Parts: sequence; structure tokens; C-alpha cells
Amino acid sequence: MTGTTAHRVAYAEVGVGTELPTRTFPVNRATLVRYAGASLDFNPIHWNERFAVDVGLPNVIAHGMFTMAQAIRVVTDWVGDPGAVLEYGVRFTKPVVVPDVPAGPEGLEAVVAAEIEVGGRVAVKLDDELRTVRVDLTAVHAEQKVLGLARAVVRLA
Amino acid sequence: MPLDQSFVGRSYPPTEPYEVGREKIREFAQAIGDDNPVYTDPAAARALGYPDVIAPPTFVFLVSYRAAFEVVSDPKLGLDYSRVVHSDQKFAYVRPLRAGDRLTVTSTIESVKSLKGNDMLTVRGELHDETGALVATAHTKLVARSADEDAPAGEGER
Repeated sequence: MTGTTAHRVAYAEVGVGTELPTRTFPVNRATLVRYAGASLDFNPIHWNERFAVDVGLPNVIAHGMFTMAQAIRVVTDWVGDPGAVLEYGVRFTKPVVVPDVPAGPEGLEAVVAAEIEVGGRVAVKLDDELRTVRVDLTAVHAEQKVLGLARAVVRLA
Repeated sequence: MPLDQSFVGRSYPPTEPYEVGREKIREFAQAIGDDNPVYTDPAAARALGYPDVIAPPTFVFLVSYRAAFEVVSDPKLGLDYSRVVHSDQKFAYVRPLRAGDRLTVTSTIESVKSLKGNDMLTVRGELHDETGALVATAHTKLVARSADEDAPAGEGER
């Protein structure tokens, strides 16, 4: 993305309500296969449509932990140093449904089967000495919130 | 059948160490599409004061979930695993995980509740490094939804 030291965010420069840059993360079946392999979560609801439908889901769904990983990128890209995240929590409220979309000329990996739009804002300045803030995140897919209570405590410069 | 309340507070012995590898971190960062060099380039990590590449925040789950799985699949607990969805996840970090860490996980059942036929269970996993220092804590809440309800509303995994 960017050099990690290039854009330290100073505690003094943010206030309650400061918005973090919004990001949209595309997802397709190839993304889920890759995430399954990396995370070792091979639950078939994340790659087999027949299985997913049989257990009552509308289609294959993204790993909740994948969505959680995407959402915090809004924070880590903002602060540069991912180690500045001291706490991070979410509730999984709705699944991100990922249909099988036919490939265009760019191939299967370029297909946008679903999108997760993530925004964040500084909700509380927690501690002036430790320079910590609480960032509240929103993650929306198909006009529904897919994460609830998505919050991170972050140490700023 | 409601879950056995006597399980609250129960701790399980530490797992065998999980060794965090540079290439595993790289794989994970690629899988979430994150090209922050601090995950892949030791020099970039050192520039931020870390001895080696660090792992993305949610990498902790990769280390903690197996221990949590063993806890919740204890037949004496009585959780119907076929109905379980992952409902909430929280992490607290003392420092980021990094390549070379050898981490053990100690799991404790934090809470057990049964409400309207849904069984809810929170497992805390504490990750300690080879010196015994606490590195991170994972709180994993699982819900086994009542059998007469429709499709899972949560993400439906595990």
C-alpha cells in the first residue's frame, strides 16, 4: 500500500468524529479459496454452493474472519503500523454472500462477486498520555451491516 | 438441553507451541490482499522497531481457534456443534505476533448461557510466547442456535 513510516497519525491531529478513508474490498470465490488455504478454515460453506444451500444459507458465504481482516485494514492503512492496534472486536451480524460469477476477459480472480465497504471514525479519545483512541468501524455488504460492534483501540503517534 | 454451567471458569492445559513462520504470514497477508511491507519485509518491520516481520491483527485467530475448537467439542459440555455459528470475536494485543514466535494457547471458558433455546459460549484463549510472556488474548463467542430456527443469521461458520 504505502511506506509504513510515511504517514504516522498524530494523536493531537485527530478529534472525535475524524473520519478514516473509506475502502471497498472486492470478494470472489477465488478470494475465499485463497483465504481458506491461508487460514486453514476449510468449512465447505465457504466454497461449496450445494453444501451452503443445504445448511440453509443463500449461497457460499465469506469467512467471517476474512471480513474481520478486511475491516481492520481501514485502521492499519491509516496508522501505517499494524502494531498500533491494541484491541479489536466485531460481531458477525450478516453473512457476505459470494455468488459464482462468470469470468470476464480478466479471468476468475478479477471477478467482483461481492463488495465489502468499510468506513471508520474516531469515536472516543481514550487516553491523552497513552495517545489511544477508539475507532468505530462499519462494514456494509449489499446495503446490510455485516459487522456489528466493530471497534478498535489504536495508539497514535 | 442447556449447557452445563459448571464449565464456566474451567481452564485447559496449554497447547503445544505454534511457531509463527515468515512465509505463513506472507501467505496470510496475500490472502487478505494486504501489501503492507511490515508483513513481508524484515527491513520494513525493523524500521518500525520490530525484530522480524509481524502478522496482521486477525492472524491471532489462526493460532487460537484450534484450542477453542478442542474446548467446545468436549462432549461433556453438551454443545451441538452442527448448529454452531461464530458470533463475536475480540482480540487484545500486548504486542503484534511476529515471525519466530513460539506460542502456546491456554483456553478458559469465560461464560456459558442458554437463552430461548440458543446456547452461547465464550472461550478466552491466551497466547504466551516462549518466555512465558502474554502476547495476545482472543475472545471467541459461539452460538448454537435452537434446532427449530431457520437459517443461521451469523456468518454460519464453525
